[in-house]
Amino acid sequence: MAMSDRVLPLAHTPERATTETAATKAVLIGIAVLFLAAILFLPLVTVFMEALRKGWGTLFESFGDPDTLAAIRLTLLVAAIAVPFNAVVGLAASWAIAKFEFRGKNLLLTLIDLPFSISPVISGLVYVLLFGAHGWLGPWLQHYNIQIIFAVPGIVLATVLVTFPFVARELIPLMQSQGTSEEETALTLGASGWHTFFRVTLPNVKWALLYGVLLCNARAMGEFGAVSVVSGHIRGLTNTMPLHIEILYNEYNFVGAFAVASLLAGLALLTLLAKSFLEWRFAGELAAAARRH
Amino acid sequence: MSVPVRVRNLEKTFGRYPALKGVSLDVEAGELVALLGPSGSGKTTLLRAIAGLEQPEAGQVLFGGIDAGSLSLRERRIGFVFQQYALFRHMKVFDNIAFGLRARPRASRPPEAAIKARVLELLHLVQLDGLEARYPAQLSGGQRQRVALARALAIEPRVLLLDEPFGALDARVRKDLRKWLRGLHQRTGHTTLFVTHDQDEAFELADRIAILDHGRIEQVGTAAEILGHPATPFIDSFIEGIARREARAREWTKPHAVAGR
Repeated sequence: MAMSDRVLPLAHTPERATTETAATKAVLIGIAVLFLAAILFLPLVTVFMEALRKGWGTLFESFGDPDTLAAIRLTLLVAAIAVPFNAVVGLAASWAIAKFEFRGKNLLLTLIDLPFSISPVISGLVYVLLFGAHGWLGPWLQHYNIQIIFAVPGIVLATVLVTFPFVARELIPLMQSQGTSEEETALTLGASGWHTFFRVTLPNVKWALLYGVLLCNARAMGEFGAVSVVSGHIRGLTNTMPLHIEILYNEYNFVGAFAVASLLAGLALLTLLAKSFLEWRFAGELAAAARRH
Repeated sequence: MSVPVRVRNLEKTFGRYPALKGVSLDVEAGELVALLGPSGSGKTTLLRAIAGLEQPEAGQVLFGGIDAGSLSLRERRIGFVFQQYALFRHMKVFDNIAFGLRARPRASRPPEAAIKARVLELLHLVQLDGLEARYPAQLSGGQRQRVALARALAIEPRVLLLDEPFGALDARVRKDLRKWLRGLHQRTGHTTLFVTHDQDEAFELADRIAILDHGRIEQVGTAAEILGHPATPFIDSFIEGIARREARAREWTKPHAVAGR
């Protein structure tokens, strides 16, 4: 059909309504590629080039700096706490919202979206107001000698808040579209609640859950705003990788800053690679899960 | 292992909308009964209440002499087939059918060899030999429906409940499956209730038909009883199409007989 279209010049060609001319296609694709190259690819390449400007030796030297190592460790620690927490709580919230009817459901949905809609800086400030020395719970916390603000617990809390929606947002639409009839069937067949959850509900959403976790992880490692407010920027103690990058940059230590930046970008790329690998490896299963009866 | 089902004055409301208004129904052991009615008449709610998937506000469901209200979903042992079959999409056909047996508590769970034998036997019963390694997405509508039936039969249910069993199938498959289901029922003898909005389906398949409207049962009876003596004007209009077709069929086969109604 495409052949005959080209043979008939200027005549009324019976093209499909969704088909564009070759020129239009080229222009649209060109714009998209140029945009992606300028906005995404170029900066990423720059990060790695800046990091390597004085050679591999200098790059590895800057990783040996104790403050940098501490920042890397802290970032990994925060992600290791925040991501599993958000995965479990996000799964529980999605399950409740998608499978049950209760009052206040819409309020809960709005609350889940809240971290996406408010500025991360405000998320951080909220915790300072709550737990800071002059905050609501400040005097009580001081009495028991519990340090939250300008310490690791505050950083974890801020990260959890900012990254909470990723898992829940991924799961809720899928679980809602799947409905409850498979669970009801499992229950009539005699399965217990837990058996139903682990054998029916969870396997049906495992890929969405994994996507949510990967996205949550990428953001947890990269979060700057909220963490910046509660961290206090104490070198070697409360600096995460993004905060450490900023400090090095402000001190004109460009190689150091870009070295850490390249590592952070590398971790993000690794996350994306893992996601793509899973998509490729389990393409068949994904398609089967997506297909509805 | 089939029991009679007695439904006594069931009441159920959704918010302010009354779905069942004092429904009573007796189904004998081994009987095949259709719940027929227009959409919103409460037929599916009645089926789900018998299964224990809905909690009625008042009334009773009895299996034999046992009050179903005192039984958990597991203890009720209901074979429930959903309209869209609700097959576990990430499991192969074999694991779908074996689910109910594997979900039993360890003490009463059959050994894996016995489960395998039972699953293969059920696959043979629903004429799906050799398809145990397929995923639900790789089956046709009619095949999925039979897998769902085999899965429900695996737990040796007291009662078989089918929600619009042929609703999602095309007309030709529907006719074949109807005949096949009738035959299966004769062989296995489960007390069976099925929901339908299709008059022909109800009258062709069921021993008796219960016609619902606005949360009430308007009439229960055999096809001949209902066609002969429609109890209310609603039923009269609801079955009009069938009555006319039946009458015409009679005239065709017995041209000299008086088409009595």
